[in-house]
Amino acid sequence: MALEKSDVEKIAHLARLHIDATEAQEVASRISSILDLIDQMQSVETSNVAPLAHPFDAVQRLRPDVVTEKNEREYLQKIAPAVQDGLYLVPKVIE
Amino acid sequence: MSRRTVAELSRSLARGEFSSTELTRDYLSRIKQFNGVYNAYITITEELALAQAAAADQRRARGEHGPLTGIPIAHKDIFCMQDVRTTCASKMLSNFISPYNATVVERLNAAGTVTLGKTNMDEFAMGSSNETSFFGAVRNPWDPERVPGGSSGGSAAAVAADLCAIATGTDTGGSIRQPAAFCGITGFKPSYGRISRWGMIAFASSLDQAGPISKSAEDAALMMNAIAGPDSKDSTCVEVAAPDYMATLNDTLQGLRIGVPRQHLAEGLGAEVESALQAALKVFESLGATIKEVDLPNSHLSVSAYYVIAPAEASANLSRFDGVRYGYRCADPVNLEDMYKRSRSEGFGSEVKRRIMIGTYALSAGFYDAYYIKAQQIRRLIKQDFDNAFKEVDVIIGPTTPHTAFKLGEKNSDPVTMYLEDIYTIAVNLAGLPGMSIPAGSHKGLPIGIQLVGKDFDEARLLNVAHQYQQNTDWHLQRPEV
Repeated sequence: MALEKSDVEKIAHLARLHIDATEAQEVASRISSILDLIDQMQSVETSNVAPLAHPFDAVQRLRPDVVTEKNEREYLQKIAPAVQDGLYLVPKVIE
Repeated sequence: MSRRTVAELSRSLARGEFSSTELTRDYLSRIKQFNGVYNAYITITEELALAQAAAADQRRARGEHGPLTGIPIAHKDIFCMQDVRTTCASKMLSNFISPYNATVVERLNAAGTVTLGKTNMDEFAMGSSNETSFFGAVRNPWDPERVPGGSSGGSAAAVAADLCAIATGTDTGGSIRQPAAFCGITGFKPSYGRISRWGMIAFASSLDQAGPISKSAEDAALMMNAIAGPDSKDSTCVEVAAPDYMATLNDTLQGLRIGVPRQHLAEGLGAEVESALQAALKVFESLGATIKEVDLPNSHLSVSAYYVIAPAEASANLSRFDGVRYGYRCADPVNLEDMYKRSRSEGFGSEVKRRIMIGTYALSAGFYDAYYIKAQQIRRLIKQDFDNAFKEVDVIIGPTTPHTAFKLGEKNSDPVTMYLEDIYTIAVNLAGLPGMSIPAGSHKGLPIGIQLVGKDFDEARLLNVAHQYQQNTDWHLQRPEV
């Protein structure tokens, strides 16, 4: 399946990636060749096969809903790019 | 002191032939001498290593030691280590100091290992040659013009060049086994869920598994004893207690039923790898095993299904890298969307971006059924193939890779060519089974690996089979001239 430049721009936006207009064509052709590889799957009839999401068909284990961790906000925020008063700083969202 | 297995070093430490501090200094000096050539380490933790070695020596003096106490180890830079830079070989995390330890690291620390440093890898474990690292390619100790394999290429090169006694790795589609094959060492991927993934930076959560990269199957068993078993911090880690992997290493192979996948002997397999495999099968026969061909009829679809499932899971996992809480943030963002997009585009390398985009596409509206559900259906067919084969045999043995280590730059211009490198290993991850690669031959001075695959949670059997092979052959003892 061949992707167009416009497809790449749409996917990049969904993935919050910036692709330069100059690279978009090359990215489209690389991804298209990978999709050709992936499309080999379509050669097999699977309509009666249940999808396997976990190698052993296991389901998520739950723990009791009780607090187990202590508050380490300051320690964990030491590695953040920008923090103030315990809050992460980002560019202004609301004008 | 160096060039010995963990089991040998452990006996020497016990007899007092040298201390862990002396051993650690020896390894640190080897790293200083050779890391410039191989680029196996991203970070060297010299101070930490010497402190841990001193503590290990004291522990040994008090008689509170285990077999790994004082053994110098290297961790793949995908494992979080508290107060140590953990980069995943990405610009995105090039300044990330982890605030906590991965469970694997925590358990090996508790066993008394000495951490020499963090090893190089493909960025976010996405690659089969270690060429996608932000910190540069790793070179194969058998031939520095060749790749060590990937993604655990730094760990494999470090073990092969004896820049550590043993190392940790992770394997999502072959990332322990393929570099082990290319570097002539032992690489072990346990069953999915046998080892906690807590603190192991996620690539594809239904496939990722940690494991040892070592000089022998016995060493792999020693590490497995320290790291395997339940962990309340990882809900996908099974709650069944792990057995003592050392206890069954010497079990006889008399009556062992070995299956060889017919599909893996077909077109694409290098003649030198096939002849090494046939020679290894003769050794197993001489040890009392019986050999028969088995069918894995859907194995040719494993790469296709994997390149939907792994990127889809990666696109979700890597969405956490947004420049807000940790990791790289671009300079002077004009608004929030600009910050997300530029932080991610500047912080990730091209292969990582490519896989995020494939995964995003496969999961997007209108394509989900055709790609993601279809891939999961193929995944069940692949799992069923193994289930059927294991009705007739106890272990499956085949090639790990189609050929020996290729040259740097030889395959990195076309992603599809690189992806097909993992043709024999990927199905094992899709099925969640334990797999390992052990050295079983050599061609033009380059090692050849064979792959052993076991039933669900039958790691002990694989280690037993590999150990018996290594007791009767010496391929695992061959070392490159460094």
